[in-house]
Amino acid sequence: MPDNLTTPTPAAEMVNATINGIKVQAPKGANIIEAGERVGVFVPHYCYHKKLAISGICRMCLVEVGGPMRGPDDKPVLNPDGTPKIAMAPRLSIGCNTPVTEGMVIVTNSPAVKQAQNAVMEFFLINHPLDCPICDQAGECKLQEYSVEFGKDASRFREEKVHKPKQVDLGPRVMLDDERCILCSRCIRFMRDVAKDDCLGFVNRGSHTTLACWPGKKLAGNYSLNTVDLCPVGALTDKDFRFKMRVWFLKETKSICTSCATGCNTVIWSRENVVYRQTPRENDAVNQCWMCDAGRHNYKHINAASRLKKALVSGKEMGYADALKQLGPKLKAALADRASVAFVGSGRATNEELYLFSILAKGGVSDCVPRTWDGDNFLVNADRNPNGAGAKIFGVAAQPMGSKLTVIADGIKAGRIKTLIVHQEDVNRRGIGADLLAKLSLLVVVDFRPTETTKAAHFVLPGVTYAEKRGTFTNANGRVQRVWPAVSLGGEERSDWEIFRDLLRETGQPDRFGDIAALFADMAANVKPFAGLSLEKIGGGGVQISVT
Amino acid sequence: MKIERKPLTLWERLYLPAIISGMMLTFSHLFRKKVTLRYPEEKPEMPPGYRGQPVLVKDDEGRVKCVACQLCEFVCPPRAIRIKPMAYPENAKYKKVEKTPEEFEIDMIRCIFCGYCEEVCPERAIFLRGPYSVTGLSRKDMVFNKEKLLELGGTLPDPIKKWRKK
Repeated sequence: MPDNLTTPTPAAEMVNATINGIKVQAPKGANIIEAGERVGVFVPHYCYHKKLAISGICRMCLVEVGGPMRGPDDKPVLNPDGTPKIAMAPRLSIGCNTPVTEGMVIVTNSPAVKQAQNAVMEFFLINHPLDCPICDQAGECKLQEYSVEFGKDASRFREEKVHKPKQVDLGPRVMLDDERCILCSRCIRFMRDVAKDDCLGFVNRGSHTTLACWPGKKLAGNYSLNTVDLCPVGALTDKDFRFKMRVWFLKETKSICTSCATGCNTVIWSRENVVYRQTPRENDAVNQCWMCDAGRHNYKHINAASRLKKALVSGKEMGYADALKQLGPKLKAALADRASVAFVGSGRATNEELYLFSILAKGGVSDCVPRTWDGDNFLVNADRNPNGAGAKIFGVAAQPMGSKLTVIADGIKAGRIKTLIVHQEDVNRRGIGADLLAKLSLLVVVDFRPTETTKAAHFVLPGVTYAEKRGTFTNANGRVQRVWPAVSLGGEERSDWEIFRDLLRETGQPDRFGDIAALFADMAANVKPFAGLSLEKIGGGGVQISVT
Repeated sequence: MKIERKPLTLWERLYLPAIISGMMLTFSHLFRKKVTLRYPEEKPEMPPGYRGQPVLVKDDEGRVKCVACQLCEFVCPPRAIRIKPMAYPENAKYKKVEKTPEEFEIDMIRCIFCGYCEEVCPERAIFLRGPYSVTGLSRKDMVFNKEKLLELGGTLPDPIKKWRKK
C-alpha cells in the first residue's frame, strides 16, 4: 500500500485532559481539536484538516490552555485540598497545533476565546467580496457557517475592499476566485503532501496575497478536484459543477465510485432524479477523504438522454413484462442445450448480479471483458472493472479474465454457440463483431445504454446504472461495499438483479430471491467468501473478505 | 336581562318621513361620482406598494438583476418557481457578474402571492408589483417564463450598483 494511504496507528498511550470541564482521554500527540471531537466540543477551524499537515495559519481555533503548575523545586503545586493547581497560559493557543498533555485544562467557551473568534472572523470578512448569491459554495461554506456562529452581525469596515483576480483559470477542472480565498493553504498542502504534485503556492504580500500556480505549472493532476472539497470557502470551485445547482437542493446518497477496482466511497448529489456531482466519502480503509477527478466526473452516463427506458424485442420497444413473456420460452429452450449457450458477464456488475448470472450460466461457457488503464500508486487501480474480484469469486470470469472471449467468438463462427447472453458489455468492440452476432439464433442483452450489441440483440432488457440500484461491489483488495439508489429514470428499466431473477424464474428455477436482502442471504449461504455477511453488516463502510 | 323597548313616537309612527329621507339618500347617489368600473375595458389604478404578481426587474442599465441564486426557488412555499442557472458567456457585457438565469419560470397556478421571493431576494430582482389579473387559457399558459416576467416587471432603478465594483 502506498505510504500516503496508510492510516496512522493510534498510539496506545492515552493522556487525560479536561475540556470545558468535561474529562477527556485522548491518544498522546492528538491535538485539542481532535480531543474536543471525542467529547462533542467543537473547536472551529479553517486551515486544519485531519488528513493534512498542520500549518496553523487561520487562527480560528484559538482556545485557552492551562496545565498543572510546578513550583521552583519542579514539584507539582497543590491546592489546599490536594488537587494539582492549574496555571492558565497568559494568551490563547491554537488548538490545531497544541498537543493534549497529561492534566491539561482547555477552555473553548470563555469570553476571551469568543472575543478572539469574533475578531478572527472580522479579519476574514474585511476583504471578502460577499458574492454569496453567485458563489457555488454557499450552503456548505464554512465562512457562512462560522460567520453566523462566531462572527459579528454587521461589518464595521467602511473602507474600499482590496480587489483581487476573479474567475482565475487554475487548471482544466478548477476555477479560482482569489477574493473569496481566506489563505488557509489546505489546497497547497494537499497537492504537495498527498497528491505529490507540488504546483500551488501563495504570491504577493499582506492583504494582496493570492493563491497561484508555480510558473509553468497548472493544477491539472488527476487529484485536483480534492482541493475543491478541501476549500472551506468558495475560492476553488469545480468547473463541471459550477452554476449547475445550489447544494441545498441536492440529496445525498452514499455510493461507491465504479470507475476502477479501488471502489472509493462516494456521495452522489442529486435532485429530482438528476445527478449533479459526486464527492468522496471518508473511509480510511479505502480512500481516506479523496477520490480521483476521472472517477468523480464519471457520472454523465446516468442521466444520458440515450438511456434505454424500455425493453427492445428485435429493435421494437416493448414493456418489460411483455418482453419477458416472449423471451421466457425461447430462453428455456435454448438453455436445454448448455453447450450451445455462451455468457458474457460484466466486471461492472454487483456481486448479487454476478451471483445470479453465475447460476444462469452454470454449464455454459462464460467470461467477462477485461478493462485496464494506467493505474497510479494512489487511488487509481489498473483494473477498471469495479467488481473484477467479484466476477472471479463467482466464476463468471475466466482465468485470466477475457481469455474465453475468443473461444466464444470461434464457437459462434463454427456454429456451435447459438445463444449469447450479454450483461452490460458491448461485445461488438471485444472481438464478437456484428457478423458473428448476426449468426446467433438468440442474443439477449441486459444493458442500460444502447450499444452496437443491443442493436443486434433479439431481446434487450433495460438495466440500470450503479446509482439506481442496491447491491454490493468487491474491490481489488476484497472489500465488499454497498451502493444505494440515488435516482430513478421512471421508465420500464429494472435493477439488473431483478432482471436476472426474472430470467431465472422464466427458465424454471425456483423463485427464491424475493428482494435484495433475501438474495444476499442466499448468496452468503452458498458462496464461501460471503459467509456470515448481510447487507446490514456491510453498512456504509464495507467489510473485508478473503478473495484468495 | 330584559331590554326595555320604548314605544314609537308619533313622528316615527307616521311612516312616510322615514321613507322619504331614505329615498333622498338613495337618489342623491345618482348625482355623485361613480365608483364602479366597466371591467375589463376599464382597469383600476393600483395604489403604490400594491402586491400583485411576482415579476422580474431590470436595473436602469438594462441588466437582468437576477443572478440565479435560487433562494426564491428554495423559499417558495408552493414550489412555483423553477430556475435554471447559467454562467455568462465569454465576452458578455456583464461577464463579471458571472451568473444569470438561463430560464426562470413561475407557475402562476401554484403561486400564492405570499411575497417570500421578494423578501428573500439578495439582489432586489423579484418584486410583487402591479399586475393583478393573471389569466390564461391553459396550464401551460400560466407558467410565465423569464421573458414574460421581465416584460411585466420593467425597469426599477436602484442606487446600489453592487456588481459595478467587481
